[in-house]
Amino acid sequence: MNAVEAGGLWKYYGDYPALRDIRFGVEPGQCLALLGRNGAGKTTLLRVMAGLTAAQRGELKVFGRPVRDGQARASIGVLGHGIGVYEELSAFENLRLFGSLYGVKDAAGTARAWLDRVSLGNVGDSLVREFSRGMRQRLAVARAFLHEPPLLLLDEPFTSLDDRSIALLQAVLAESLKRGATVILSTHQLREAMELATHVLLLDRGKLTFHGPRPAEMLADPTWLYRRHGEA
Amino acid sequence: MRTKVIYALSIFAALMLVRNLYVIFLGLPDEKDQGAIYRIIFFHVPSWFTSFAMFIVSGVASGLYLWKGRQRNDELAVAATEVGTVFVAIGLATGMIWARIIWGIWWTWDARLTWALITWLIYAGYLMLRRGIDDPTARARLSAVFNMFAFTSVMITYKAIEWWRTQHPAPVLTIRGADGLMDPLMERMLYLNWLPMLALAVVLVMIRMRQEGEQREIESLRRMAHAL
Amino acid sequence: MFLRQVWTVCAKDLRSELRTKEALNSSLAFALTILLLFSFAFDPGADQIQEISGGLLWMSYAFAGALILNRSFARELFNDCLDALIFSPVPGAALFLGKALASFVLLLIVELACLPVFGIFYNVAWADRFGWHLFVLVLASWGLTVVGTMFSALTVNLRMRELMLPMLLYPMMIPALMSAMHLTTVLMSGQAIGGDHWIWVRLLIGIDIIFTALAVALVEVVLVG
Repeated sequence: MNAVEAGGLWKYYGDYPALRDIRFGVEPGQCLALLGRNGAGKTTLLRVMAGLTAAQRGELKVFGRPVRDGQARASIGVLGHGIGVYEELSAFENLRLFGSLYGVKDAAGTARAWLDRVSLGNVGDSLVREFSRGMRQRLAVARAFLHEPPLLLLDEPFTSLDDRSIALLQAVLAESLKRGATVILSTHQLREAMELATHVLLLDRGKLTFHGPRPAEMLADPTWLYRRHGEA
Repeated sequence: MRTKVIYALSIFAALMLVRNLYVIFLGLPDEKDQGAIYRIIFFHVPSWFTSFAMFIVSGVASGLYLWKGRQRNDELAVAATEVGTVFVAIGLATGMIWARIIWGIWWTWDARLTWALITWLIYAGYLMLRRGIDDPTARARLSAVFNMFAFTSVMITYKAIEWWRTQHPAPVLTIRGADGLMDPLMERMLYLNWLPMLALAVVLVMIRMRQEGEQREIESLRRMAHAL
Repeated sequence: MFLRQVWTVCAKDLRSELRTKEALNSSLAFALTILLLFSFAFDPGADQIQEISGGLLWMSYAFAGALILNRSFARELFNDCLDALIFSPVPGAALFLGKALASFVLLLIVELACLPVFGIFYNVAWADRFGWHLFVLVLASWGLTVVGTMFSALTVNLRMRELMLPMLLYPMMIPALMSAMHLTTVLMSGQAIGGDHWIWVRLLIGIDIIFTALAVALVEVVLVG
């Protein structure tokens, strides 16, 4: 069974199709990089996969279930543009909250463990609004990974992260891939992405123009695919 | 085809209205208590009928939109609501003119009047909500949900106001109770005048729907231009 | 499971509100200001104050309530927390009921704080039949909260949402407010609720049930675009 199965997705804003007949499947354990220019539909596609918005036509299945099914969403970890943590709650309270929302068995214990993992253990009981930018980003990483999701959706994860957070994110990503998780990420930082990606998917104005294993050429020349498919 | 229907209906409405005006002013006699002013009822009551019809259409269209997600239903909902609010305004205005002459006051907090005002406010809220949302799909979806609440609330309010106002001594003189309608000729005239009004409303709805469709097309072209 | 999710969301909202007290303080201050202003609009010592007491109280509750309800979903905007809640496995209905419950508790706190102040300032019998007062408060506030929370979700991404919510909410809540005003006036003048008054209690219950059902059925459509 595929981790993600998209069957002819169409997503409209008014009459404008942001996604046009997107079909692809992602097998478990793959790391798929979503590529494409701004406005190509990467974020929209990720939002559909996360269950934040529904495609008007076509079906999206996550581990064989429709994405708005609670069990399907429990198997997804999302790291988006916003960090998705509450300013008025402490770091620990935030993680415990999301732990219990995701049905993690020992939410409090897991939260503590993850605070240590992202080196926020000593400030776990401080409110997030006192945190620096880097600390918030690490907390957001913990929020997305704490239920050990078999599917990870990351929207521009490396953009605007500081060095420490990038190192942390790469470490937990590598760890997730090792335990067999599926990762789908959209990114502009092609070099970082190409080291991780086993597959690539190229979108051009809402259409899927390439999907397949990462071409070897892209390691040396990340923009190879852009020149080959779609516009220069 | 659509254009032809619009023209045909407008011509029908215009001819019918001219004919009705002739009959209303020159054919029918004055009413014995109210004199000439009672004639306003031939515009007042049909405009209420029309606005009810529009709000029912709008509610059903919004329900269909939520069920099927077709943009046309959203266009129908907004067009019907807009026309409905216009006819409520006509109903309120004609009612107030009549009240000024017969009761000597512009407004009284009678059950039906209060309800009409609330209904008008609720649907004005619907139209305002739409103006605040940029993405056409989100606009259609959110305003359809609001319309479900609006329709439900209008129904509840209708009953509630009746209880409220009948509990308090208030002028229970409603237009329906007036003697004028006893005459079957006059009652027939009410329905005869409703026909052109309804036709006019349908014409307006069709024109508004076309505009909405074009507006949506423009918005999507604009998005496409940005994407290029 | 469902109830636990409702509770988790509700507890989260209450905890962060009680920590900042943004909505609570402003809403309470606003309600008291309105009660004070009424004393200039009417002769506060007159007997007729009893006849309009229900109306005065519920007008200030409704105004204060809009401040609380506005915050309900607006507080999720910062850091895109609303997205984080929607893509979590919590069903939309649980999310909605949790947030509605939290606003309901906050609104009740404000109302219960205003009631004795009103009683003292305007010399009306608020403490007699307190149980009945509470009964009316709970029924009417739930209706107000459930529709208000829904509209808070509806308007959360709008420009001018602070203005939009009251304009959408108040006309729709007239039946509920009407019933609450009537029943509160009856209680304030020392009468019992019975006979003819039951129709208003039934209306309130009906409104609560209908709007709760409608909101729970439609909230997923509102949250997931």
